[in-house]
Amino acid sequence: MITKALLKPSEYHDSVSLMLVARELSKLEGIRDAAVMMATEANKSIMAEAGLLTAEADSATPNDLLIAVSAEEASVAEAALQKAEVLLKKKAAASETGEFKPKTIRGALASNQAANVAVISVAGRYATDEAWEALTRGLHVLLFSDNVSLEDEIALKKYARDHGLLLMGPGAGTTILNNVALGFANVLPRGPVGIVSAAGTGLQEVSTLLARRGVGITQGIGTGGRDLKKEVGGIMMLEALKALQQDDATQVLVLVSKPPAAEVVKTILDQVAASVKPTVICFLGGDVSALPKLPNLIATGTLYECALLAANVVQGQSGNVKELLEVENAKLAEQAKALKAKLNPNQRYLRGLFSGGTLCYEAQVIWKEMLDVPVYSNAPLPGGPSLQDSTRSYQHTTVDLGEEEFTVGRPHPMIDNDLRIRRLLQEARDPEVAVLLLDVVIGYGAHPDPLSELGPAIRQAKALAERELLVVASVTGTEEDPQKLSTQIAALQAAGVIVCESNAAAARLTGLLVSGGAQ
Amino acid sequence: MTKINDIFGKDLTVVNVGLASMAQSVSAQGVKVVDLDWQPPKDGIPHLRVTQSGVSMEDANQEVVSRIRRGGAFLVGMGIARDVIPGMHDHMILHAGPPIEWDRMCGPTRGAVMGALIYEGLAKDEEEAAKLAASGAIEFSPCHHHQSVGPMAGVVSPNMPVFILENKTFGNRAYCTQNEGLGKVLRYGGMGPEVYARLKWMETDLYPALDRALQSLPNGIDIKSLIAQALHMGDECHNRNRAATSLFLRAIGPALARTNQDNETLAKVIEFIDRNDHFFLNLSMPAGKAMLEAAEGVEGSTIITVMARNGTDFGIRLASMPERWFTAPAGKVQGLYFPQYTDADANPDIGDSTITETAGYGGMAMAAAPAITQFVGGTPQLATQTTLEMYEITFGEHENLTIPALNFRGTPLGIDVRKVMETGILPQINTGIAHKNPGVGMVGAGILRAPEKCFKDAFEALQEM
Repeated sequence: MITKALLKPSEYHDSVSLMLVARELSKLEGIRDAAVMMATEANKSIMAEAGLLTAEADSATPNDLLIAVSAEEASVAEAALQKAEVLLKKKAAASETGEFKPKTIRGALASNQAANVAVISVAGRYATDEAWEALTRGLHVLLFSDNVSLEDEIALKKYARDHGLLLMGPGAGTTILNNVALGFANVLPRGPVGIVSAAGTGLQEVSTLLARRGVGITQGIGTGGRDLKKEVGGIMMLEALKALQQDDATQVLVLVSKPPAAEVVKTILDQVAASVKPTVICFLGGDVSALPKLPNLIATGTLYECALLAANVVQGQSGNVKELLEVENAKLAEQAKALKAKLNPNQRYLRGLFSGGTLCYEAQVIWKEMLDVPVYSNAPLPGGPSLQDSTRSYQHTTVDLGEEEFTVGRPHPMIDNDLRIRRLLQEARDPEVAVLLLDVVIGYGAHPDPLSELGPAIRQAKALAERELLVVASVTGTEEDPQKLSTQIAALQAAGVIVCESNAAAARLTGLLVSGGAQ
Repeated sequence: MTKINDIFGKDLTVVNVGLASMAQSVSAQGVKVVDLDWQPPKDGIPHLRVTQSGVSMEDANQEVVSRIRRGGAFLVGMGIARDVIPGMHDHMILHAGPPIEWDRMCGPTRGAVMGALIYEGLAKDEEEAAKLAASGAIEFSPCHHHQSVGPMAGVVSPNMPVFILENKTFGNRAYCTQNEGLGKVLRYGGMGPEVYARLKWMETDLYPALDRALQSLPNGIDIKSLIAQALHMGDECHNRNRAATSLFLRAIGPALARTNQDNETLAKVIEFIDRNDHFFLNLSMPAGKAMLEAAEGVEGSTIITVMARNGTDFGIRLASMPERWFTAPAGKVQGLYFPQYTDADANPDIGDSTITETAGYGGMAMAAAPAITQFVGGTPQLATQTTLEMYEITFGEHENLTIPALNFRGTPLGIDVRKVMETGILPQINTGIAHKNPGVGMVGAGILRAPEKCFKDAFEALQEM
């Protein structure tokens, strides 16, 4: 085996473009593995683990591009490196002959005075400067980037608040502004619901569940996961809430977040009380019975219930969804009973492999209620058990593959299925695993056809399991999404996956399969 | 004050900073996206806002750009270099670019110096001229130290006639010789009897004819206005001056006819100007100099007011430090060559003509001159992109100099050293190429970028300011 590398000093490309080139290279005949990455320390260690780190990397800085391939023959490796250069050049050439691409926000505004929103997804260490540049020039900002300090977030949000601008993020993956999906978001009908969410996939899950019930939205504003922390004080949720309360098109409000600090809850609820518009609040896993009673407040602890309650309000039905849930849960119990019969006594554990952080969280909320044993996670509930090593599962385990330890220097698992596929096969080899739980998030920003890659991987996992390996999944998306909900569901089913209506249902079914011992 | 609600219901126009896939998915929804060709900032480039003494760089630059914009440039007369150029004397030779002594001069500059000494009658042949030049008896000084500019070698000797331009808004003047044409000419380092004969004719026939005509025009000729018109006629007034030369001939034509009795001389003068598409270059350059010099001496400014090369070094000067040169080795021109020549024959970048870019036209206004792109190698689309890119490193835009193809947007004005360093985009330069040896002349034309080192050094000086 031969590993060859090429260092291209001061050459920058975004991580998705580089992933696409790396993917092309790995498809070449005779190539074992390939990496095309900016030479950050994190990426270097990924390459070292893959055995792709060569002496070229020693002098490389984070502004340099590193291309490495391993192959059986040196000539094949050489050819692949050349191919990489051609592919990267092709990308550059396309922009040269196409429309002019400004290099800075200032340059973009000079020739596009109508610009009103900036979507920023550059590495965290550059993102703050770009966000300031955008805000001070009067742009609303969706700050997709992670790794922005809390101090910077607070300063940016205060400036935005004082200037009537949205600063959505950092780490805001999803926003739907004027029915335009920014970041990871779905094709949704227009309607009377305005959503503000501190949880990206939470916003996607609620809005798509609403869409499947025929309920549309006015706006879906993501605030970033830290907005309701004590230090930030919910600045953006408050501002967005006020804006939607004043917005005539918005008749019902939905707020989604992990349980905030007590003082932040109070400010939010004070603002909710300032309007008569019905407001459904989902504090995921929070003790909603402890919330003060307000005439226009409906509180819940899961995304699924939140969507049901909001749909009911819009459709003029009663606020009570208990009956419906009881019926659904009874059906799931029936289904679980039949499936359990296929498992052997050794198969005791569930493994959740999530691309959406909020969905991973919601699943844990549901399991906490129904299982009397802990579920380990790299992103546990407050007080929940942490995984020692995110890359190794222990007993019941659920991992959020979108967490930082997995995404530094590589695209998000909603775009790049590679990491999840590897983990899928790893779990399949563990004889104690009874059931795998997956989320499939589609829509704009996500992989153009996730099942084209996940489908074969699931089949492969089931084949090498040498036992009945159950796979449960839900799809977050709508029929109008480019990947089409029904197409993805059909492909999952064809791969032998049990597909549930919602993430909550999928989590419940998975929990039922491992509770009460094997039968 | 704006409110968040103001964005609700409005059409979005999105600026995408980062992942191209983000831009694609927004664009797929039929929403206008401006996808940046984003590059990480260079390591260790701080954002400069105020000087150490507390002067706002933004305010200082505003003042500089405002002065350049308000400046006018009128051709008010002509004279002999020795008589009109400040500091000029009988044993002084001016040259282009930053200061340089004989032993470091490049081939074309040496050729032009030797040729000028022969033209002046100070030496009888090249050998004697070289000896004299090396003897220390001749004082060499940059044109820029004498309110002057010179294309290519930029050599001005005491007896050469010069144009006098006046910035009527601020009262300062700028000087430049008459343009000799292309090919084997002094400014490209050409030597030989035909070169001296042409220079002599320019002194004895061309100069008096033009001078007489100008004396009959009490207000002179508004050169800035001719530049503005020429930008609408396919010139960028550095490497393409065809339209501007025609406009100049129209402007001076009646006065020429009225003040010159000898029809044959008049015809030769008109013919000479008509056959030299670059005649106007020696007016567009001092026009730029006249406008820029008025903007010098503004404390705290990060804008450059001089960018010039002597064929060995490239130098820039800041509006805030007009006495100080920041230099680097002159660059290699990427060009197209006349038959029989290749880039092995080329001298590095040379001349004061980059004053045009500094003043907000020339390479900055490439989008106005699609026809020139073949001459310097490129496509009209590339020309437009070049100008759009230059807006990234300029502080402002001209008001009167505009580009039709960009919806009459003002040309990029005021190269800001901070922006050059932050973006890594270097100023675009259009230029002719001289043979590296003395005595040969022009061998081609092309484009290049200014060297980064000058801007780096200037940026460091700004941090200490």
